[in-house]
Amino acid sequence: MKPLEPTPTPLLEVRGVTLQYKTKEHLVTATYRVSFDVLSSERFVLLGPSGCGKSTLMKAVGGYMAPTEGTMKLKGKTIRKPGPDRMMVFQEFDQLLPWKTVKKNVMFALESSGRMRGTAAEDKAMETIAKVNLTKFADNYPHTLSGGMKQRVAIARAMAMEPDILLMDEPFAALDALTRRKMQDELMQLWADTKFTVLFVTHSIPEAIRVGSRILLLSPHPGQVKAEINCDGEDRADPVSGVKLSDQIHSMLFAEQVEQTTAVPAGGRVHD
Amino acid sequence: MTEMIARTLPEPRPRPEFFAEGRLNADFGVVEKPLTFAEKLWNNGALRKAVLLLLLAAGWELYARSLNNPLLVPTFSSTLEAFWTAIASGELPGKALNSLRLLLQGYGLGLALALLFTAFAMMTRIGTDLLETLTSMFNPLPAIALLPLTLIWFGLGDKSIIFVLVHSVLWAVALNTHSGFKSVSNTLRMVGRNCGLGGISFVTKILIPAAFPSILTGLKIGWAFAWRTLIAAELVFGATSGKGGLGWFIYEAKNQLEIPAVFAGLFTVILIGLLVENLFFRNIERVTVKRWGMQS
Repeated sequence: MKPLEPTPTPLLEVRGVTLQYKTKEHLVTATYRVSFDVLSSERFVLLGPSGCGKSTLMKAVGGYMAPTEGTMKLKGKTIRKPGPDRMMVFQEFDQLLPWKTVKKNVMFALESSGRMRGTAAEDKAMETIAKVNLTKFADNYPHTLSGGMKQRVAIARAMAMEPDILLMDEPFAALDALTRRKMQDELMQLWADTKFTVLFVTHSIPEAIRVGSRILLLSPHPGQVKAEINCDGEDRADPVSGVKLSDQIHSMLFAEQVEQTTAVPAGGRVHD
Repeated sequence: MTEMIARTLPEPRPRPEFFAEGRLNADFGVVEKPLTFAEKLWNNGALRKAVLLLLLAAGWELYARSLNNPLLVPTFSSTLEAFWTAIASGELPGKALNSLRLLLQGYGLGLALALLFTAFAMMTRIGTDLLETLTSMFNPLPAIALLPLTLIWFGLGDKSIIFVLVHSVLWAVALNTHSGFKSVSNTLRMVGRNCGLGGISFVTKILIPAAFPSILTGLKIGWAFAWRTLIAAELVFGATSGKGGLGWFIYEAKNQLEIPAVFAGLFTVILIGLLVENLFFRNIERVTVKRWGMQS
């Protein structure tokens, strides 16, 4: 499956982005000179172990932090602050406003961004809620929903806005394995319906392969681009080497760590 | 090394697999059955508490009768009688209204100031420092301790009482609101900004509702502090410009040795406190934080 007629100009352009943030005691470099392009209708996955700065990168694309170096452009315009053209779906279940029902949560995004008002917003909200199969729960408060349902509401809320790009920051990481698998299938179904562009952060190789059409591999401490590979949703074996895609990714991500652990530690012995 | 361990440990025995065939059994007993009427009654907290109150009242009546000294402990029935006569004469409701009028003024002013303080604290770091320092200084200071000072500053009158009321409300409410704002999760803040909210609309649409459980706690604590402070201040101050409140009613009744009336006054203080707590705040909680699942 090829991406549908990719436009020559990328939708999201990330060029040489270095991200740094301060903790109480340290200045941490999260990513170092990361570059990538996301084309329209792509399912672009940022994959890497913890500490590779993928979530920080996502925050920067969301407009919550400015890069210390490099540029980030959406549709040719530099990203400066958060905005409804880049709707985010977070990992945490508390991203829904607990004081609003499912329907009101979806309407909240539409109304407070000034995109729609009144019945127009309500109709749009109900339409997207139907897409994630939650029509029956439209008048429920979030605390009465299961984790998977909450994430579906968050996805509906983001999709109702019809953003230029959907930013998903490990949206299924807090779900149990069965629900997670189901949510991935549902997301692919939604994508098949509307072909939205999505930037997806995950630390799970199977999830990246299942969800992504293109996968950016990041190495940790600080995050740097290791590879950018295409994917069609199947964990295929390489026709030449016979190595499965997941194993290939695994060895690329963890090659350095293996070298580190097999090296003789200072003052220690390898064999007993 | 690992091979040796593997050899000494037992392997699981192979066993036949099992699959349930056809439909599963449907002849299990109870899945769901309504509770009996008595069980439902006993599950009603209000009813259980009402029974307790009746027992306490009966105990009071018995003890007072056996003591037979109405100057020390009047009977429950004579207290009730004094309560009714004071209500019928319009004295007690009038005094209670005087108290509530003062209370609302002090409470309202205290809330407004708390709002200003918290807004300042939210906007600047030095504002936060100021609020935190002031609340930690003044929160432990009983409002009543300020009465001698306020007497000198404002003289005998409503102003003095309102001043101590503001003092008792302001810090509790500001402290709770501020800590409520601070504990709003980062995710919710990001969601708000993602939807294009900023400035005042961010505060009213995200921060205030998200911090509402804390704000409500602050309002309740502030109310309880204010009510106690008010009655105590009235006991000290007595009547101002000829119309005292509940505290003054109690003080006056004591001076005239009408002990049942003293008890009736105390009873009214408790009653109003309970009503505000159980009707007003309980209902606000029911339609807000409880419904939202933000407080169990």
